[in-house]
Amino acid sequence: MDFFDHLPLLILLSSLLPGLAIFLVREENHLLRTSLNLFGAFTKLGLVGLMIWGVFHEWVTEMRWQIAPGLELVLHADALSVVFVTLSTVLWLVTTIYAIGYLEHSPHRSRFFGFFSLCVTATVGLALAGNLFTFVLFYELLTLATYPLVAHKGSAEAVRGARIYLTYTLGGGIMLLIGVVWLHTIAGPIDFQQGGVLSSLTHLDPWTLRWIFLFMIIGLGVKAALFPFHGWLPQAMVAPAPVSALLHAVAVVKAGAFGIVRVVYDVFGVEYADALGLLPFLGAIAAFTIVYGSVKALSQDHLKRRLAYSTISQVSYIALGTAILGPLATIGGIVHLVHQGVMKITLFFAAGNYAETLGVHHVSEMDGIGRRMPATTMAFSIAALGMIGIPPIAGFISKWYLGLGALQAGAGFWVIPVLIASSLLNAAYFLPILYRAWFKPAMVKWPAEKEHSGRWEMPGALMWPPVITATLALLFGLFAAAPFSPLEWATLIAGREY
Amino acid sequence: MNDAIIWVIAIPLLGSLISIIWSRYASMIAIISNLLALAASIIIVAQVYQYGPVNHALGSWQSGLGISLRADALSSILLLMSMIVISAATFYAGAYFTDPVKRARFWPLWLMLVVALNALLLSGDLFNLYVTLELLGLSAVALTALSDNRAALQAAIRYLSIGLLGSLVFLAGVALIYMGHGTLDLVALSNKVQAEPLSQVAFGLMTAGLLIKSALFPLHFWLPSAHASAPAPVSAALSALVVKVAVYILLRLWVDVFDLVLTPLSAMLLGTLGAIAVIWGSWQALQAQRLKLMAAYSTVAQIGYLFIFLPLIVALPEGPVQDAAFTALLLMALTHGFAKSAFFLSAGVIQQYCGHDRIAELGGTARALPLTTFVIALSGVALIGLPPSGTFLGKWYLISSSFQAGQWWWVPVIAIGSVLATAYVFRILGYAFGPGESVGRVLNRGREEIPALLLALFATLILGLGSFELWDFVAQHSEFLRG
Repeated sequence: MDFFDHLPLLILLSSLLPGLAIFLVREENHLLRTSLNLFGAFTKLGLVGLMIWGVFHEWVTEMRWQIAPGLELVLHADALSVVFVTLSTVLWLVTTIYAIGYLEHSPHRSRFFGFFSLCVTATVGLALAGNLFTFVLFYELLTLATYPLVAHKGSAEAVRGARIYLTYTLGGGIMLLIGVVWLHTIAGPIDFQQGGVLSSLTHLDPWTLRWIFLFMIIGLGVKAALFPFHGWLPQAMVAPAPVSALLHAVAVVKAGAFGIVRVVYDVFGVEYADALGLLPFLGAIAAFTIVYGSVKALSQDHLKRRLAYSTISQVSYIALGTAILGPLATIGGIVHLVHQGVMKITLFFAAGNYAETLGVHHVSEMDGIGRRMPATTMAFSIAALGMIGIPPIAGFISKWYLGLGALQAGAGFWVIPVLIASSLLNAAYFLPILYRAWFKPAMVKWPAEKEHSGRWEMPGALMWPPVITATLALLFGLFAAAPFSPLEWATLIAGREY
Repeated sequence: MNDAIIWVIAIPLLGSLISIIWSRYASMIAIISNLLALAASIIIVAQVYQYGPVNHALGSWQSGLGISLRADALSSILLLMSMIVISAATFYAGAYFTDPVKRARFWPLWLMLVVALNALLLSGDLFNLYVTLELLGLSAVALTALSDNRAALQAAIRYLSIGLLGSLVFLAGVALIYMGHGTLDLVALSNKVQAEPLSQVAFGLMTAGLLIKSALFPLHFWLPSAHASAPAPVSAALSALVVKVAVYILLRLWVDVFDLVLTPLSAMLLGTLGAIAVIWGSWQALQAQRLKLMAAYSTVAQIGYLFIFLPLIVALPEGPVQDAAFTALLLMALTHGFAKSAFFLSAGVIQQYCGHDRIAELGGTARALPLTTFVIALSGVALIGLPPSGTFLGKWYLISSSFQAGQWWWVPVIAIGSVLATAYVFRILGYAFGPGESVGRVLNRGREEIPALLLALFATLILGLGSFELWDFVAQHSEFLRG
């Protein structure tokens, strides 16, 4: 299966090359840029489809490239990477369409889409990384590719937000680097392996390993916005809406969460991590972050800011699932990687639509917005209800498995209260928005309404993406037991990890 | 083919003389002779890679009498890097200098600088090292003085006197060695030098002289003004190459000749100075108001990293681990050479485009020059040590050597240095993304921007992802490390 072995590289190139080409496209050449974008996105989608097929049949897809003695660039597709690759590829396609509509008349579009493609390349590289060295490499590249996107507007506020973002993430990157290099010096090169690597190396000093874990979790926790390293996330929402959507749903935050999953399962091994006493530590941070993020979200009037705090809280479910020993919790954590992605991207698309069409940025301005923009608000509502955990939307599945997993592991006494508290808090900050949007009378005049004479409430490129992703969130919940659903993949992975 | 080692020196020398006589075609002559020398340096690397170190006694004199030339893994790779940087800077300089008087002065001196660099890297004995070091210093000073404003002249004078002081101290050490051992040939000396007082004093003097030349903290004070006020292609060569060959001589002497004299304590002292240089230089770079001054301080910091390797190499056991640390040192030196020259060339483009290089006013100009801004970002990535640059690998090994040698205290230094480097690089990029005029065309000044781009790509992609051969190369020819 020679072709399958080159698949990871082809998947990287399918966004890298169009991305580089886009930088050279002249600003006004809308057609060429859009074609390049969509060509890349659809090619990647097709290749990922092939890869899912290959991984399902366990045809090895791996590429190795020697960089230096003991350092290899390894691209490798396993069940876990497939989850993340698929998520980013699908959502990239949707976000690209959205971004084309969103940035219709704004300046620097070639630069934007160039970095946008690089950002996805780095995310996919991260998902396909087969060892820690490769992971660190793409982890840093991701930071570099997203910085220009956050700073894109060029206003003083955007540059400031980008600077804060950079300070946090590169600082975290150094911590991760130190942890990884340290591990390399005591344990040699480490390829990700289902079931973990370190558990078989008995000669290692447990305390050294604990220190290394701490360094790595700090490094990854910055991107995953774990408390107290979450400070950059609310600042980074000055970015244009498609960037926020991608940042919160796929690229940056998820990269951190995905890294935590990788380190716990495929480096330490979840049982060994538990034996070292690392899981309760991680679980405590995650649980605190879940509650903390929700509480902070309550008091935010700025919609994107409220969503940002909600992300802080929701992403920690993934870490929480990782921190509970047992296959059910693992399933809950990994499936939430996907579910949170589709739901959160919907919310950010909708928030972008409100801002773009009506100039609505704050929750307090959203009275009656449901009648003005029904499709968008419908999508927003589905995603918000999913976040709260109402069946049959995807978010319910995640919480259900997390709860079951906690009970199975005997951790129910602290996890269940956290889940309940968090769901109540989610309801407390999402339901008032829904109430305002649907039931309160509309304002006389929207803050900055744009003229639009189309068939729908707004241009299709902006309206359809949230509708599509909200539908996905609904389908992932309704058909959770269907083959190739996120839940089934997560079950497959959990089966291979234990 | 076997004479490549001569041609790499003779061609630029010839070019320098012809360019004085035929100054109308000087730029063409310089380009041709540098490209030929580049080709010769490629041949030398290939020869060393295949057959091991190459020796050549000029005029067939016995070693110890005539001038002996020698190329091994370390010197041939540095030679290749210098010739690539020089060639790129030569193309660039052809478009940079517009004033005919300056042009006429620049080319012969520039080629003389190349002669000195190449001869120094290929010198097989201490006296030649001294002569070429002096020649290098003088041509560098003359080139710095080409920016004929007051500040540049002052900086050049200071550069001249400090440089002379450095080489005189070095010469004193050389004289002591000759007195004690009766030879200056490096190979012969490596068998003779023991840890006796005379060698120790000589070693101390030579090291002190070279530390001045390589601008290790606290002897760096002359560097920022000189490098910041020279014309851009000259700054590129000064920061990327001239400082680095002083470090090269130090390494050569330490590992080749004085390996028995170099105690762990003195290595630790130099490493500590290197660590201070990393932090101090990066901090000053962050404070700098001008682009070129920032780059010059960044050089102080980057040189510091090279010295941190020293106590680690001394402490690590002989074998693959030590070789890896040594190669990482070389890789960092190479990457910095490419990255810093790319940075200075780009700074020159910006300076010419808008007539200043004040960082706080870069907003509009950086946007008007997208490719140049991109090159600055790329070389910035290499200066910080982010992937996929060669510095990233270098730092990886620096950290891992620190853990392996049990000297973990270098790790926070590296972390702080990287954070500060991030801050000073992204301070520039922050302005580039800030408000300003609309974006210009991608390529504005091809002859200046493309050489810089190529150098930056060497620093990032090529050395970061494709340098495996280098490790192999050094590992195969590491016998000089073992004495």
